[in-house]
Amino acid sequence: MIKIGKYIEQFINWLTHNFSPFFKMVKAGVETMVDGVLGLFTFLPFYVVIALLAILAWRRAGWGIGVVTALGLTLIYMMGYWAPTMETLSLILVSAFIALIMGIPLGIWAARNKTAGSIMRPLLDFMQTMPAFVYLIPAVLFFGLGKVPGVFATIIFAMPPAVRLTTLGISQVPEDIVEATRSFGATPRQLLFKVELPLALPTILAGVNQTIMMSLSMVVVSAMIAAGGLGEIVLKGITQLKIGLGFEGGIAVVILAIILDRITQSFGKKKQKKNAK
Amino acid sequence: MMPKLKIDNLTLIFGREQQEALQMLQQGKSKAEILERTGATVGVKNASFDIEKGEFFVIMGLSGSGKSSLLRCLNRLIEPSAGKVLLNNVDITALPDADLQKVRRKEIAMVFQKFGLLPHRSVLENVAFGLELQGMPATERLEKARNVIELVGLKGYENMLPAELSGGMQQRVGLARALANEPEVLLMDEAFSALDPLIRTQMQDELLDLQEKMHKTIVFITHDLDEAIRLGDRIAIMKDGEVIQIGTPEEILTSPANEYVSSFVEKVDRKAIITASSLMDTKPTMAVFRKDGPEGSLRKMRATGLKILPAVTVDKHFLGFVYLHEVLEVKQRGDKTIEAVIHRDVPVAHPDTTVEQMLPFIAETDKPVAVVNPANNKLLGLISQTSLIIETTGSQATPQA
Ligand SMILES: Nc1ncnc2c1ncn2[C@@H]1O[C@H](COP(=O)(O)OP(=O)(O)OP(=O)(O)O)[C@@H](O)[C@H]1O
Ligand SMILES: [Mg+2]
Repeated sequence: MIKIGKYIEQFINWLTHNFSPFFKMVKAGVETMVDGVLGLFTFLPFYVVIALLAILAWRRAGWGIGVVTALGLTLIYMMGYWAPTMETLSLILVSAFIALIMGIPLGIWAARNKTAGSIMRPLLDFMQTMPAFVYLIPAVLFFGLGKVPGVFATIIFAMPPAVRLTTLGISQVPEDIVEATRSFGATPRQLLFKVELPLALPTILAGVNQTIMMSLSMVVVSAMIAAGGLGEIVLKGITQLKIGLGFEGGIAVVILAIILDRITQSFGKKKQKKNAK
Repeated sequence: MMPKLKIDNLTLIFGREQQEALQMLQQGKSKAEILERTGATVGVKNASFDIEKGEFFVIMGLSGSGKSSLLRCLNRLIEPSAGKVLLNNVDITALPDADLQKVRRKEIAMVFQKFGLLPHRSVLENVAFGLELQGMPATERLEKARNVIELVGLKGYENMLPAELSGGMQQRVGLARALANEPEVLLMDEAFSALDPLIRTQMQDELLDLQEKMHKTIVFITHDLDEAIRLGDRIAIMKDGEVIQIGTPEEILTSPANEYVSSFVEKVDRKAIITASSLMDTKPTMAVFRKDGPEGSLRKMRATGLKILPAVTVDKHFLGFVYLHEVLEVKQRGDKTIEAVIHRDVPVAHPDTTVEQMLPFIAETDKPVAVVNPANNKLLGLISQTSLIIETTGSQATPQA
């Protein structure tokens, strides 16, 4: 019998033991970010937040989505879930932000370097297919209970599409354009910033959208380690068999999902249209 | 004078087994054998030739013959496996990255078959792209780009996106982008192959006009012999990675190095390319006016069996033709010279007159066509009606095509 589990356990213990100052630092940093964003959302009166988000949705995705955003968020407020919704929103935004600033450079690296790419691909598959619950254990060991381990688990689960779609976008840049750019004496950096990233942008933005949506799908899971927010309400509905509560929390998540999805999608679309013209 | 570009024993092998493939090449193994044994493809095989400053050099060959590979070795878009490329006597293959970038920015620019334009940038920004990579400030580079855009006839299209333009226009942008860098050498890989025939001819004309003004050194790739002949000062023909013949268009047409080249040549409309100088007999028998009287002229006619002779002065200025029966008449009349019977009003050709232009000279009689030096009217040679007729009719037949 091979006890892979034992080795992993030993490894995680070793990490917690030897890197606890590091984890503490990370924890403090992430906590500050989440609290900062949440602070902003709770500092502003709810109607201002609703108005700002509705205007953003209207400008980016048309008046229909603007109206849906305004009505949806108002409904959430009237159901009495404003505070947990804002908690969830700030958790998602921070998780997705960190996933992106790590995932996009990794994606660029994988596109540039074949070895890096072929090592990353199975790793990403692993990260994405492993049941998300499993990440909760090391997350708790590293960071204890609360929001930070939730962010950690969410990042691991939500980062793969950002990496993958960045790599895809860059490798889809037509060979003749890359060649022409090189022929005019571009440095690798110029090639990346002036040609590859601009041309890959629609695909990268699709990755951004997916990362945000996957972060959202971790809401309930991360509530299991006391990350709070809407997940906690749904979880309470499950454990206490309160159907109404579960559905109310669920509806709030769906509303948030629609708003975030449409707004982030609109960035990719706008660019694509301009390119296709 | 040193050549602008010197290609010295250039070899390019695709694949892992470079060393083994190189060795097999040295042993004289063929491309197919090397592929079978090592799995490596020979892209270019021991190419050596010089390209002079201001020369329009065309590389021609069938698909897969290694033209693009060779061209890309000249600016190291592909690293050659062996050999050197010297630009102004500097070995490009030995340059470190930073210097290579400098060469690509300042000295060698390239135009691509598929244009390679940036779809998210306007025509103006595309043309200024090379200058932008050099770090030139925006106002200066856009100013320069505007000038080049005007040069290639794209004025008014500055703010359009490439996708809004036709193929021909897009390639003008590609050409303008290359010219904006003011390079000494232009590499053009099948630059006009994606365009339809009419636009293509037009672009060829414009390129020739530009070249007349700019005197760049151009290396132009095509698989079309007609295009090669129209554009090239010299043509290199490639097969299986090897350069098998280099020469002026006329040399290639009149003396193809082997069957491969002649199979190309057969398909060409020779009338427009073959010139008087390659058809003429450079040592014709002549009646020399005043020196040869009727008697002398008749003797020359008897010796050669010709009924018509060109009449020239002692220093070979062409005067016209004399005919046997008329020379006989003046002899019987007792004239001392042939002056009275020289037909002076005859059309003449110059050395670079093409067969096509000589079509009106085809006549019922055996009267040959005189080829004279346009500067001093001296007789350079004669083209017989027979060879003129053979050339005009023979070139239309393309049975193998
Ligand atoms: N990246 C590559 N890897 C392996 N083999 C290649 C590569 N590029 C070209 N070759 C091979 O090298 C040979 C020469 O190709 P090349 O593209 O230079 O030909 P070409 O004369 O430009 O043809 P075409 O007219 O089709 O453009 C061909 O046998 C081709 O299959
Ligand atoms: Mg080619």
